[in-house]
Amino acid sequence: MAKRIDVKDLNVYYGQFRAVEGVTMSIEARSVTAFIGPSGCGKSTFLRTLNRMHEVLPGTRVEGEVNLDGLDLYGKDVDPVAVRRTVGMVFQRPNPFPTMSVFDNVAAGLRLNGVKNKAELSESVERSLVGANLWNEVKDRLQKPGASLSGGQQQRLCIARAIAVRPQVLLMDEPCSALDPISTLAIEDLIHDLKNDYTIVIVTHNMQQAARVSERTAFFNIAGTGSPGRLIEMDSTATMFSSPSQQATEDYISGRFG
Amino acid sequence: MTTVQASTDSLLLSASKHPLPRRSSLGVAAATLVVSALLFVLTPLDGVADFLVFWAVAYVLAMTTVSVVVEGSRRARDRLASTLTAGALILALIPLVAVLGFTIARGLGRFDMTFFTHSMLSVADSDAGGGAYHAIVGTIEQVGIATLISVPLGLLVSIYLVEYARGRFGRVVSTFVDVMTGLPSIVAGLFVLALWVLILKQGYSGFAGSLALVILMVPVVVRTTEEMLRLVPDSLREASFALGIPRWRTIQAVILPTALPGITTGIMLAIARVSGETAPLLLTVFGSSAINFNPFSGPQEGLPLFVFNEAGLPNDTALARAWAGALTLIALVIVLNVVARLLVRRSKLQPI
Repeated sequence: MAKRIDVKDLNVYYGQFRAVEGVTMSIEARSVTAFIGPSGCGKSTFLRTLNRMHEVLPGTRVEGEVNLDGLDLYGKDVDPVAVRRTVGMVFQRPNPFPTMSVFDNVAAGLRLNGVKNKAELSESVERSLVGANLWNEVKDRLQKPGASLSGGQQQRLCIARAIAVRPQVLLMDEPCSALDPISTLAIEDLIHDLKNDYTIVIVTHNMQQAARVSERTAFFNIAGTGSPGRLIEMDSTATMFSSPSQQATEDYISGRFG
Repeated sequence: MTTVQASTDSLLLSASKHPLPRRSSLGVAAATLVVSALLFVLTPLDGVADFLVFWAVAYVLAMTTVSVVVEGSRRARDRLASTLTAGALILALIPLVAVLGFTIARGLGRFDMTFFTHSMLSVADSDAGGGAYHAIVGTIEQVGIATLISVPLGLLVSIYLVEYARGRFGRVVSTFVDVMTGLPSIVAGLFVLALWVLILKQGYSGFAGSLALVILMVPVVVRTTEEMLRLVPDSLREASFALGIPRWRTIQAVILPTALPGITTGIMLAIARVSGETAPLLLTVFGSSAINFNPFSGPQEGLPLFVFNEAGLPNDTALARAWAGALTLIALVIVLNVVARLLVRRSKLQPI
C-alpha cells in the first residue's frame, strides 16, 4: 500500500517570501527518508507541502509538482482533504484531542470521515494501537482522556491516530524533539516496524537519529537569513554520513556549523 | 573578593532576621482597633464608615512600621502588598455581598407560594397579595426566545470570524460587533419599537421584546465565543486536517467541544445580562398585570418591568413585591448558571 513520491522543481512561498527553492527529489516506497539541516532551512516547510498542509496557513503558495506514484498532488482535480487522508502526518509536539478518550482519539480519523460500524472502529483502534506499540499500556484505559497519558505515550497515540486511517505515506516532523531518550527509543523502534508498510519521511535535528532510522538522508541548507532553503544533497544515509559529496554537508554533519 | 563576601554576608544576615509570629497581625489589628476606638470616643471624630476607614489606615501603617523594624524592609514590602491586594478584594466584594444580602433580606418577605402562582390582575397597589407569575412566564419566554435566536446566530458568526474570515470583511464585521457590544439598551428597544411595532405594525408582544434582547445578546455571544475559539490551539486544527478530516467536521467535532466550557460561560453571561434589561422591554412588550402565555401577541409582563413598576409605588406591599421580584430574577440567573455548568461538566471526560 505504500507509495513513492517524486518531487519536481518545487518552490514554496509564504506571501512574497520564497521559503524553499527548486527542490527535486525522489522518496522511495517502504523506506525511511530523513531530512536534516539547520533551523529555518525549510525542511519542515517542505515536508508540509507533501500532504498539502502548508496551504492551511493564509497567504501561502506552492509551485512545482509532487507526484505520488505518478499522480500530481497539486493537480487541478485533486482534493487537499483526500491528499491528507493518503499522506498522514505526526507533529513535533504530541497533540491528542483534549476532549476525546484514548479510543476516540484513535477512532477520530475514521469516525469523522463517516465510518459508523462499531466493530470496524474497535478493530481498527486495536490494530493501530498495536501498530504504534501502545496497546499493552492503554488497553485497560481506553476510555480515559488521551491527554492523561505521558508525553511519549501521547506521541505514540498520535502515531496510532495517524495510521488508523491507513495512509500510504507517514510524514513525521521532529516527532521526538519533545520526548525523553526512552520514549525516543520507543518511537524509533516503531519507525523501524512501520517502514514495512509505509513510506516514512522524518524531519530531525538529531543526526544520530537520522543515522539510526533512515535509509536515505536529504540535507537542506540556507545561504543566509532571508534567502530560500535549498536541497543541498541527497543520498543513502551511509554515504551521507561517511563521504558526502558536498563540503557543506560534511561541515554540518561533523558539527562544524549548525 | 572581600567586598563580595561582605555583601553576601549582609544579605544572609538580613534574610535571617526573624519573621513576625503568625498571630502578630491579629495583635496589631486589635491594638489599632483599641486606639481608633479611643480616638473616636474621646475626640470629635464620628461615624461608622469614618471609623472603619480610620482603623484600616491605622492598621496598614502600624503593621508596616512593626514589620520594617522587626522583619526588615523586604518582608515589610511583601506584607504591605499582600495587605493592599486583600483590601482591594474586600472592597470589591462589599457591593456584591451587600446587593445579594439586601435583596435576600428584603425579598424573602414575599418569596412565597402566592407570589409564584398569582398575577397582579385586579390586585390593588396596597393589597398584600398578588404575585409575579405573569412576569416570570413573560421573562422565561422573552429571554428563552432571545437565547434560541442569539446563540446559533452568535456561534455561527464567531465561527466564521475565527475559522473562515480572511482579510478585510472579517475585520469590518469584528469592528461592528465591538460597536454593537457598547450599544445602549434603550437604543435597541427604540429600534424594535420603530421598526417592528410601529412601521411593520406588529404591535406590542413578548416576541418584540425578544427581538430587542437579541440585538443586545448577539454581540456578547459573538465576542466571548470568538475569544474562546481563538484559545483553541492551532495544533489541534492541524492534527485534525492531517487526518483528512474536512474543515466543517473539524470545527464541529474538535474545536467546538474543546471550547465548550468557555462558550457556555459566555452564553450564561449574555443571558444574565439581558435578563435584567428593563428599558427595551418597556418599549416593546409594554407590560401587563395579567398572564399572557402567548409571546407573539399582546402585551406581556417581564420580571424587570414588574420590579420597575412595583418599586415606583408608594405602598409597602408593592415594595415587598418589588424586592421579591428582584430576588426571583437573581435566583433565576443563578439556577440557570449552575445547571449549565453541571451539563458541561457531565459532558467532559473523567480524568484518571
